[in-house]
Amino acid sequence: MAKKPAQPATPKAAAPPINAHVAQSAPRAPSATHTRTASASNSSLSAKSSPQEVALHVWHKYLNDTPTRTMLLDVFMLFLVLVGAVQFLYCLLVGNYPFNAFLSGFGACVGQFVLTASLRMQTSERPPPTASAAAKKAATKFNDEGFEEKDEDGKPVSKISSERAFADYVLGSLILHAFCVNFIN
Amino acid sequence: MAVATTDNPYMKGSTSKNTRGLLRIVILCTIAGAAVTARLFSVIRFESIIHEFDPWFNFRATKYLIKHGFYSFWDWFDDRTWHPLGRVTGGTLYPGLMVTSGVIYHVLRFLSIPVDIRNVCVLLAPGFSGLTALAMYLLTSEMSASPSAGLLAAAFMGITPGYISRSVAGSYDNEAIAIFLLVFTFYLWIKAVKVGSVMWGALAALFYGYMVSAWGGYVFITNLIPLHVFVLILMGRFSSRIYIAYTTWYALGTLASMQVPFVGFLPIRSSDHMAALGVFGLLNLVGFFDYLRNQLPGKQFQTLLLALGGLIFVILFGGLMLLTVTGVIAPWSGRFYSLWDTGYAKVHIPIIASVSEHQPTAWPNFYFDLNLLIWAFPAGVYMCFLKLKDEHVFVVIYAVFASYFAGVMVRLMLTLTPIVCVASALALSHILNTYTQIDSPSDHSSANGTAESNGSAKPAKVALNPSLRSTREKLVGVYSIVSKAVVTSMTASFLLLFVAHCTWVTSNAYSSPSVVLASRLPDGSQHIIDDYREAYYWLRQNTEHNARVMSWWDYGYQIGGMADRPTLVDNNTWNNTHIATVGKAMSSREEVSYPILRQHDVDYVLVVFGGLLGYSGDDINKFLWMVRIAEGIWPDEVRERDFFTARGEYRVDDEATPTMKNSLMYKMSYYNYNSLFPAGQAQDRVRGSRLPAQGPELSTLEEAFTSENWIIRIYKVKPLDNVGRDHQSAVAFDKGHKKKRKAGGSRKSTARVLRED
Repeated sequence: MAKKPAQPATPKAAAPPINAHVAQSAPRAPSATHTRTASASNSSLSAKSSPQEVALHVWHKYLNDTPTRTMLLDVFMLFLVLVGAVQFLYCLLVGNYPFNAFLSGFGACVGQFVLTASLRMQTSERPPPTASAAAKKAATKFNDEGFEEKDEDGKPVSKISSERAFADYVLGSLILHAFCVNFIN
Repeated sequence: MAVATTDNPYMKGSTSKNTRGLLRIVILCTIAGAAVTARLFSVIRFESIIHEFDPWFNFRATKYLIKHGFYSFWDWFDDRTWHPLGRVTGGTLYPGLMVTSGVIYHVLRFLSIPVDIRNVCVLLAPGFSGLTALAMYLLTSEMSASPSAGLLAAAFMGITPGYISRSVAGSYDNEAIAIFLLVFTFYLWIKAVKVGSVMWGALAALFYGYMVSAWGGYVFITNLIPLHVFVLILMGRFSSRIYIAYTTWYALGTLASMQVPFVGFLPIRSSDHMAALGVFGLLNLVGFFDYLRNQLPGKQFQTLLLALGGLIFVILFGGLMLLTVTGVIAPWSGRFYSLWDTGYAKVHIPIIASVSEHQPTAWPNFYFDLNLLIWAFPAGVYMCFLKLKDEHVFVVIYAVFASYFAGVMVRLMLTLTPIVCVASALALSHILNTYTQIDSPSDHSSANGTAESNGSAKPAKVALNPSLRSTREKLVGVYSIVSKAVVTSMTASFLLLFVAHCTWVTSNAYSSPSVVLASRLPDGSQHIIDDYREAYYWLRQNTEHNARVMSWWDYGYQIGGMADRPTLVDNNTWNNTHIATVGKAMSSREEVSYPILRQHDVDYVLVVFGGLLGYSGDDINKFLWMVRIAEGIWPDEVRERDFFTARGEYRVDDEATPTMKNSLMYKMSYYNYNSLFPAGQAQDRVRGSRLPAQGPELSTLEEAFTSENWIIRIYKVKPLDNVGRDHQSAVAFDKGHKKKRKAGGSRKSTARVLRED
């Protein structure tokens, strides 16, 4: 797995973990919930906690942090995963006789899933105005050799507006389902 | 043309932005026009005719599509090829080309432009090469801030022989539209990566789907794009842009590619496509962990990464093992193996190795096809290393892989050409942009827009290595007029030479239809050798509509297209055994061949013989491949060794081996040949050897037709003897007693008169 160069060497240095945490989560978390989450979650998490604890922590943090709109997308994604899994199980257990139908059903799930994930990234990743400088820095940090030119153009790193992202999403879904319907026999 | 484009950056400042835009459009249109006209040599020299072999099938399929409509084309079962098996043509071809020209044909008809489908097919490739030049401009413009790079690349793409070789007028092959789609798909992909929007990814997927429907070379895209993404992940450049671009492209593109019946379930079955699937999964994992990483401080993230990552890895590995063991994932295709091991095909699949365009590339080919560009190419790749943004990584990967593949297989030179154009345009435009600045800047900040990459790169160097003497001065660069003039004029003259070379190569090497041969008479005038069409037309006019013609597979498509007669094997080499059967019939004795011919209902046998004219692409020269392919299936009955003399020579003269002399191919080629010459003087002008005084005897076939220059010879298979004798004794009987009793006998001995009927 790609080792991320952007990781700060904080835990070892015993620096106040809160700061590191806020800087890290800035690009994603909406600014309103910043401090509350950080302080609330950090109390239950030490550097040597077990995977279960960490997972639990992430879950709580997710529940607290995520705006409803994004959460709606997540529920939809979960639904797609379930539908896809059911189809896959059916294919394994009962057989794949109308293979076209299975493929287009499964493909529709996977395709819709990644499209929704893309939409989620585009809509929730956009840094809040207050944290924009830090977020920009974090986003361009990992390749600061080559990327200044991009910013010179006056184009920020993520320049897709939510509306544009949603229009793209609709377009992508239309194409996806057109192919699926054509393929289903 | 190439030089004209370099004028563009001169128009700085004083002219407005609009003027420059207009100028750019005009230049692009001129480039497209030049690209189209450069490909019309063959139409002017010869006529509007379909070239070579495969285009004849495409042409025939297009005519079928026009005549019967799309749905019956889709369900087309062709019983006039691969007799007696037939071919499910609708499900075993890439329909993109035919559908494209069908659409163009109907649109033109709709606009009340009465156009012949043949002319649409002939001119499709030049038309699309004009579009390729435009797509190349877009692609290169994504790589460089300077517009001159894009214009140069468009000009290069328009006239470089490496691409012209497959897209002259009449070369109605899949590559004609596929290269445009390749370049344009890559442009859309780069755009998707840069912008990170679903729309560009979806467009890339749509054009990828079009590409899949047009050419088998789509596998190149299928592997290159995942590789690009994989390298970007390894470089630690994962971002939501890449995730969005790739997952959209993969999800939509895979579904799109499965719509083509010939591809079908391959994208999830064959190993050629597994890299794309693997990267798709990996990207989703990386995306998920990237999300987690943003939620957690480093240490906890590592804990979670180890736990979850380990779990997922174990599950995936187990699944992969299970699939491989149960054989769900198909093994790699043979053509793919031959990409890695150049000796593989020769040993295992002679049918692939026998195609001349699957041979490894000889090094002069690179220079012949790319000329100046091959020198500028590494420089351009180096410049991509200097910048190394996401799109430059793509250029580097593409360059490395395409170079390798072009070295392995001649036809893959075609996939190398676009990236060579991009890279060398980057290098040359950099040179021109640097050296055509007339004024010396007083300060580096005043360096104007076209050379800004130059201006910003230099100060960085100053800071890096002050030990270089030249960098100690305040302004770094070349500012004397003389050196600028020298370099600029040299580059310009190189480009002019390149244009001259391209024109020369196009007109001399790549514009021959190979159906019609041209030669020069001693007085310098052109002489057209039209034996192919003469013979095919003879077949069309003088044989029954369902008369089966057997020939080596090279001529199958032409017989189907021009003579409209059923064939046994053709260039769609889907059934190796059937081809080997024909090879066995050709390379065995008459007594062995005759039953094979009877079993396959063969009425006529067609051979190509270049001995009289010195035409080297004839069947005797291809004969060893027939032997090899037949030997692959019947190693006991056909042995390649038997066709070589004791000293290992392949001879056709007195010293030829008995197996060679008795083979059907040898007999058909040289039958009656010595009657053209004084006794004992028969000469084969291809092999440069004197033939035996006594020519071969044929008993089971009779000569039906021989073309003007003897290039095509057609033999009729005799029916079974009326009174049950074998053919040998029947012929002996005829010779001994009444020589002209049978019509067949008289035909045989006076073959030259036969063209009257």
